[in-house]
Amino acid sequence: MNVNQSVPPVPSFGQPQPVYPGYHQSSYGGQSGSTAPTIPYGAYNGPVPGYQQTPPQGMSRAPPSSGAPPASTAQAPCGQAAYGQFGQGDVQNGPSSTVQMQRLPGSQPFGSPLAPVGNQPAVLQPYGPPLTSAQVTAQLSGMQISGAVAPAPPSSGLGYGPPTSLASASGSFPNSGLYGSYPQGQAPPLSQAQGHPGIQTSQRSAPSQASGFTPPASGGPRLPSMTGPLLPGQSFGGPSVSQPNHVSSPPPQTLPPGTQMTGPLGPLPPMHSPQQPGYQPQQNGSFGPARGPQPNYGSPYPAAPTFGSQSGPQPLPPKRLDPDAIPSPIQVIEDDRNNRGTEPFVTGVRGQVPPLVTTNFLVKDQGNASPRYIRCTSYNIPCTSDMAKQAQVPLAAVIKPLASLPPEEASPYVVDHGESGPLRCNRCKAYMCPFMQFIEGGRRFQCCFCSCINDVPPQYFQHLDHTGKRVDAYDRPELSLGSYEFLATVDYCKNNKFPSPPAFIFMIDVSYNAIRTGLVRLLCEELKSLLDFLPREGGAEESAIRVGFVTYNKVLHFYNVKSSLAQPQMMVVSDVADMFVPLLDGFLVNINESRAVITSLLDQIPEMFADTRETETVFVPVIQAGMEALKAAECAGKLFLFHTSLPIAEAPGKLKNRDDRKLINTDKEKTLFQPQTGAYQTLAKECVAQGCCVDLFLFPNQYVDVATLSVVPQLTGGSVYKYACFQVENDQERFLSDLRRDVQKVVGFDAVMRVRTSTGIRAVDFFGAFYMSNTTDVELAGLDGDKTVTVEFKHDDRLNEESGALLQCALLYTSCAGQRRLRIHNLALNCCTQLADLYRNCETDTLINYMAKFAYRGVLNSPVKAVRDTLITQCAQILACYRKNCASPSSAGQLILPECMKLLPVYLNCVLKSDVLQPGAEITTDDRAYVRQLVTSMDVAETNVFFYPRLLPLTKSPIESTTEPPAVRASEERLSNGDMYLLENGLNLFLWVGASVQQGVVQSLFSVSSFSQITSGLSVLPVLDNPLSKKVRGLIDSLRAQRSRYMKLIVVKQEDKLEMLFKHFLVEDKSLSGGASYVDFLCHMHKEIRQLLS
Amino acid sequence: MATYLEFIQQNEERDGVRFSWNVWPSSRLEATRMVVPLACLLTPLKERPDLPPVQYEPVLCSRPTCKAVLNPLCQVDYRAKLWACNFCFQRNQFPPAYGGISEVNQPAELMPQFSTIEYMIQRGAQSPLIFLYVVDTCLEEDDLQALKESLQMSLSLLPPDALVGLITFGRMVQVHELSCEGISKSYVFRGTKDLTAKQIQDMLGLTKPAMPMQQARPVQPQEHPFASTRFLQPVHKIDMNLTDLLGELQRDPWPVTQGKRPLRSTGVALSIAVGLLEGTFPNTGARIMLFTGGPPTQGPGMVVGDELKIPIRSWHDIEKDNARFMKKATKHYEMLANRTAANGHCIDIYACALDQTGLLEMKCCANLTGGYMVMGDSFNTSLFKQTFQRIFTKDFNGDFRMAFGATLDIKTSRELKIAGAIGPCVSLNVKGPCVSENELGVGGTSQWKICGLDPTSTLGIYFEVVNQHNAPIPQGGRGAIQFVTHYQHSSTQRRIRVTTIARNWADVQSQLRHIEAAFDQEAAAVLMARLGVFRAESEEGPDVLRWLDRQLIRLCQKFGQYNKEDPTSFRLSDSFSLYPQFMFHLRRSPFLQVFNNSPDESSYYRHHFARQDLTQSLIMIQPILYSYSFHGPPEPVLLDSSSILADRILLMDTFFQIVIYLGETIAQWRKAGYQDMPEYENFKHLLQAPLDDAQEILQARFPMPRYINTEHGGSQARFLLSKVNPSQTHNNLYAWGQETGAPILTDDVSLQVFMDHLKKLAVSSAC
Repeated sequence: MNVNQSVPPVPSFGQPQPVYPGYHQSSYGGQSGSTAPTIPYGAYNGPVPGYQQTPPQGMSRAPPSSGAPPASTAQAPCGQAAYGQFGQGDVQNGPSSTVQMQRLPGSQPFGSPLAPVGNQPAVLQPYGPPLTSAQVTAQLSGMQISGAVAPAPPSSGLGYGPPTSLASASGSFPNSGLYGSYPQGQAPPLSQAQGHPGIQTSQRSAPSQASGFTPPASGGPRLPSMTGPLLPGQSFGGPSVSQPNHVSSPPPQTLPPGTQMTGPLGPLPPMHSPQQPGYQPQQNGSFGPARGPQPNYGSPYPAAPTFGSQSGPQPLPPKRLDPDAIPSPIQVIEDDRNNRGTEPFVTGVRGQVPPLVTTNFLVKDQGNASPRYIRCTSYNIPCTSDMAKQAQVPLAAVIKPLASLPPEEASPYVVDHGESGPLRCNRCKAYMCPFMQFIEGGRRFQCCFCSCINDVPPQYFQHLDHTGKRVDAYDRPELSLGSYEFLATVDYCKNNKFPSPPAFIFMIDVSYNAIRTGLVRLLCEELKSLLDFLPREGGAEESAIRVGFVTYNKVLHFYNVKSSLAQPQMMVVSDVADMFVPLLDGFLVNINESRAVITSLLDQIPEMFADTRETETVFVPVIQAGMEALKAAECAGKLFLFHTSLPIAEAPGKLKNRDDRKLINTDKEKTLFQPQTGAYQTLAKECVAQGCCVDLFLFPNQYVDVATLSVVPQLTGGSVYKYACFQVENDQERFLSDLRRDVQKVVGFDAVMRVRTSTGIRAVDFFGAFYMSNTTDVELAGLDGDKTVTVEFKHDDRLNEESGALLQCALLYTSCAGQRRLRIHNLALNCCTQLADLYRNCETDTLINYMAKFAYRGVLNSPVKAVRDTLITQCAQILACYRKNCASPSSAGQLILPECMKLLPVYLNCVLKSDVLQPGAEITTDDRAYVRQLVTSMDVAETNVFFYPRLLPLTKSPIESTTEPPAVRASEERLSNGDMYLLENGLNLFLWVGASVQQGVVQSLFSVSSFSQITSGLSVLPVLDNPLSKKVRGLIDSLRAQRSRYMKLIVVKQEDKLEMLFKHFLVEDKSLSGGASYVDFLCHMHKEIRQLLS
Repeated sequence: MATYLEFIQQNEERDGVRFSWNVWPSSRLEATRMVVPLACLLTPLKERPDLPPVQYEPVLCSRPTCKAVLNPLCQVDYRAKLWACNFCFQRNQFPPAYGGISEVNQPAELMPQFSTIEYMIQRGAQSPLIFLYVVDTCLEEDDLQALKESLQMSLSLLPPDALVGLITFGRMVQVHELSCEGISKSYVFRGTKDLTAKQIQDMLGLTKPAMPMQQARPVQPQEHPFASTRFLQPVHKIDMNLTDLLGELQRDPWPVTQGKRPLRSTGVALSIAVGLLEGTFPNTGARIMLFTGGPPTQGPGMVVGDELKIPIRSWHDIEKDNARFMKKATKHYEMLANRTAANGHCIDIYACALDQTGLLEMKCCANLTGGYMVMGDSFNTSLFKQTFQRIFTKDFNGDFRMAFGATLDIKTSRELKIAGAIGPCVSLNVKGPCVSENELGVGGTSQWKICGLDPTSTLGIYFEVVNQHNAPIPQGGRGAIQFVTHYQHSSTQRRIRVTTIARNWADVQSQLRHIEAAFDQEAAAVLMARLGVFRAESEEGPDVLRWLDRQLIRLCQKFGQYNKEDPTSFRLSDSFSLYPQFMFHLRRSPFLQVFNNSPDESSYYRHHFARQDLTQSLIMIQPILYSYSFHGPPEPVLLDSSSILADRILLMDTFFQIVIYLGETIAQWRKAGYQDMPEYENFKHLLQAPLDDAQEILQARFPMPRYINTEHGGSQARFLLSKVNPSQTHNNLYAWGQETGAPILTDDVSLQVFMDHLKKLAVSSAC
């Protein structure tokens, strides 16, 4: 295995090497050198390949090992098993993927144990241990056993919670023992710190996992060794300790686990047999049982239904599967942070899997687009469609063409090719990029996408060096970077005319509702200052964007704010059936020139409508008016629409209240997500044609039919913001903050995006907020740095392993200064003939992003249940394929997950449980539609946190530490009633206060003397001058800063009724609406896989 | 004859009435043989400084079908306190207030000198006058500026409590809300879309609180419901506001590309104005004043497309049925005009442009509602400015010389029936016993609505004698006609003016001389001309001319003295002598001749002809020519080319134009500068004299005439040359070299030729 795996990577790199040697080496060298010793992890994934090639293997080894561990920690079982074997095989370590691959086969006997989860006591069989990441199984089995023996589980749970240490201790011991052995075997090369995780992962896949999971608590013992290295270890410990529930089951097991643990290890041994004889027995033992259980499982699993969505069936069964033993997102994230957060990610090498989105890292563009722009589900694409079909892993790229970069990274260079325009392939029209091959001494170049040979225009000619590279390659961004921009010529403009600067039009609902809530006054006040911060380009003194104002209820009011006027002029258009723009001059103005008039207008708007009694509103005519205004002004632009109610006034696009909860779970449920009338789509098309992007701010008191209203924003690349039951006092900050961000963010207008690929694959499907009038061009009336387009690829031919696969995403857009530009992102991927390579280079977060979008689109056309089933099936197929083709033969009862995908089940479960796919009783139809459309244009980081919220304990870490506290898993078991937690998912932010939090803490945070005095639902923390208050508020601020939308804080007290709301976000638990718990789902998944395998 | 002339004049001054016949033929048959119908020119509101209105209401005949007003012709039984209606012979009780009536204590309406009397009605709310400006913004900068100034100026002339509103239009139509502080607000409408009154009112938010009249009446204007006051505000409240608003008025901002006309939505703008008033102030005196600087080019009522290369329709196009927008546009404006008339509002059209502006299509708006029509070259001319200013002139009482929402109700004695009316009125379709089946003009009714009228507004009213030949009227019998005009005085009072006249019946057989002598040829000429012009609106020009000719010939046959087949023997009595000459000039007038006139000009001329009083109408038919020379005081001279002499200055008044023409010698003298030499001061005076006289005419005339100062050989002399009788042309060269007159280069027949033919035809027995 090792050999094989290691081999392939080499060749693949081989090619690049010649090309890059110069710089890669240097850079790598530097990095590796430094990193290897200190932080092997950092180097981990990326570098590995490089390292392998590079002579200093020693170095490489070190890192890899470390690398492996982190990965392993999470799933360790699988990986580890492999690891064990690989132990010394650096290769494994290096490319995490490879490592995993290897491990997988051997180690990850995850499976069977899971089964136990089902409610079957029968399961108890010793068998448990061998399971999945062996650990899991192990635990499970252990649990069962123990449980069987002592029905105590529940009680034990209780007992367990507190004694975490004990538990851990016990757990740890066995583990440690195991470890001990392992390290010896394999670890040697690895640094201990890293080694530990590594060990877990790789070597004893089974054992390590076991240890990792159960022992988290046990971490104690290991910690010493681990400590240095990884938080993961700690984190494990932490959680386990804290979670009472969790604990419950384990405790009894604790002891058995140990034994089991060993058991699980057993499975590994088979693999490692040579090395770890000792284990074998255990393993064997474990296996034995494993078999037993499986049958059992079968029956419990039937419970699958349970999982289905109704948790009903499995109420109390003692959990056999220790939650700590199953792959932990937190662990994976922490590991990746530690391993890869310290070193820049250099994009020079083809097919590197970038660090996780949750990791802070810098990117050095050396020929491929930064992962901030493009992330793929897999960086190694099967060469043939057969393979792809077999694997069922969707090939997709999540593209965020205008992503904003951290200040340390330079934004794309702008290249001006002069009058002739950007240099392109004559046949496929791909743009010049680093992968184009210059030949015939530089007089021609061969297109890397279609192989067409093109002449190099004289003015672009340059000699080649001995490696065949152009001498000026490094002077030209388009020959050396993954992302850059071309200045577009007039040929790229609408009507062959350079565009005028875009315009922003603010369209404000002034019906009774809007006035009453104080929205209009607030908004007008804010706009006065906000208008000074319109996006501007580069160092421009003032923004080129012009602004216009419209208010409306059931008629529209346009305002002439021409600078020469003494006072603004209002023009009422009541002919909403046939909308038009009543004025030309003076509607769109330069903010600085017309400041006095605009200020006067904004002062007067709230006054003018203060006494309004008009409650009806229109909607379509408003957008139409904005669009017509832009058309008249011959520019692109953006409409900011502030709307409060269902548009029931007589006008095109009139809507009726069709909210019907009875439709949920019926075949007609999809209609709730579909627009009521076609008028909105028609309008959206017109908007797109004009480059008119619509941002919608909704302030509904009741049903407004978000599904319909959001059609236009959705198709024009706009955003929807929703503030239910808006009240100035409570929601002001959230709204203003969103508004500010929305107005200030950099936007491209009137954009067309096209993704070109090398022959063999083709972009076939697109997800996001945009419109498509044909099958290839993504048209975006507006595109901002938050909007993401997910593109799915399919094979239409064979790919070549040698040349890999290339993606080129070209975005033609008008900048906010009115300049027409082309932004190009290039990305090279590897191609593989071995499925293992695919599974080793996957990215689960991206995969989830794709699957969520796929499913969310699916609900438009299919019953929700069908959509859910599709997801489950696909997931099962992916994993089954892996199990079948990549994992080493082992008991069918083992659940073996690819290292890269070990979080797939937990994340997928979160998707399945999300409001859209499994609505709870308290979720409104509007909310579902809202979330549905939000997710459509989310990037990977956003979907990641959205589906698996972050839960941060507040008092665990020392007060002085400035970094974010390590997260804990989103499960109620992990909550300690003596602590407080922040939970965020990108939209919501909760502060959960345990009932027995120290008074001092309460005092210093809330300025009240006891827990009972804390106001439930509080949304603002008092500003107090003490370290804790500062820290918490600082943390809240920094969380908000990371998200594209302002998260309103809600303080939730333990045992309070608001807690229900909070618990909804504890996604590893069973949800009230019937969503399965993580453990249950994992079991179900295992069953599915087994069914597929048999 | 002097007696009849005096009688006629006296009647005109007292009652504002001129009859074609002052003694009436007593049978239907005879009457039809008289050729010129029994008809009258009525000036309902003729200024009567000597006639203060009485402060009570008229006493009406109690017969429901009659309801004639008590008048001096009624027989009164003072003892029984009864009066007999002189139209239906119903005997009526005097109301209690007349209890003290006796022969020596008569109420004014019974005194003979009060054949015309005016009552003031106290009932009902007095709603303020309403002026709604509808302003075209597709103007040149200068024009717009001048118009804005005129409008601003007009605000100071309006009564302070008058309500005023503003609608502007170009590509779009904007209805300005006048009540808002700090921000000027307007409702905007697409200029291409025809909206129903309901839609307009909905869109303006007038529907709900549209005030029912009941409610509005008792309420003071300032307490009108909010909705109606937003667009129409009392002048005194918002004059500053509106002045600023007008000041800020910009040209229509939509770009007009080369080769295009600006898009002008006149049709929609008018439609909205009408709808606005309809919804807020129905049946209240209101003026919609449309100021337009070009033809409507889009939407309903468009007259011409926006392509400049396609010129606006000419008479030629119309004849060839090549005016593609005309019918539709006319229909649109007619619909509006009828609605406006139904609401009692009137529409003025002030059209100032060098090219046509679509008056042909829009004329009905002014014609049917009694509005003014003013045509000029530019708003930046004194013609427009002074005309506009003159609308707001006041009478001796300090009241505006305008009245609104009038209804004219005519009652006749049994021997007569009403055939119709021609003037700025619409039929109210009130059938009654005195309505004839034969229509002349707008007939089939005994009541008309005149939405806007002034002291000179004059209607031609046509009657039919229905008395049968075999039922002779007793000697000394008199026929009576009563004109009852309800109207809203400019002081906002409701008033009723009642004019009752009576004329003697005469048997044609025995008393032809009397009838002949009582013929008013001036009135007859104007009345016939009105008929002719009325026909010309719907018939082919030549047909109308032929009809006129036939009438004239028949008249001459009837009343001429001649021997058969002997043209030289033909004579007409004095009371007929001028009539053929009027007809001659009428035939040549722009009212019947469209040659050399655009459709708009024809419409404009006809509009004024149909509403001016007798004097003005005669001037229009046959312009007046004065001659100034050193030979004596200024004298009227024949409107003949022979009057054009080298040493004369001529002053011609055609009503629409005032032309001062310097003869050849005079022109040379002036060129030589004699007028500046002290020793030739008399020449200076001579030059000045016509200028002063012209000024006098200009001061009084409405609309302001075009003032032309020209000289022999000047291009503008054509105005004179086209009017005079071409007695000398290049065809009768014998006049060459003679000192008298100047030849006119024309193929038109001269008066002499015309008369010769007339005589020949009159005496021939062929027809």
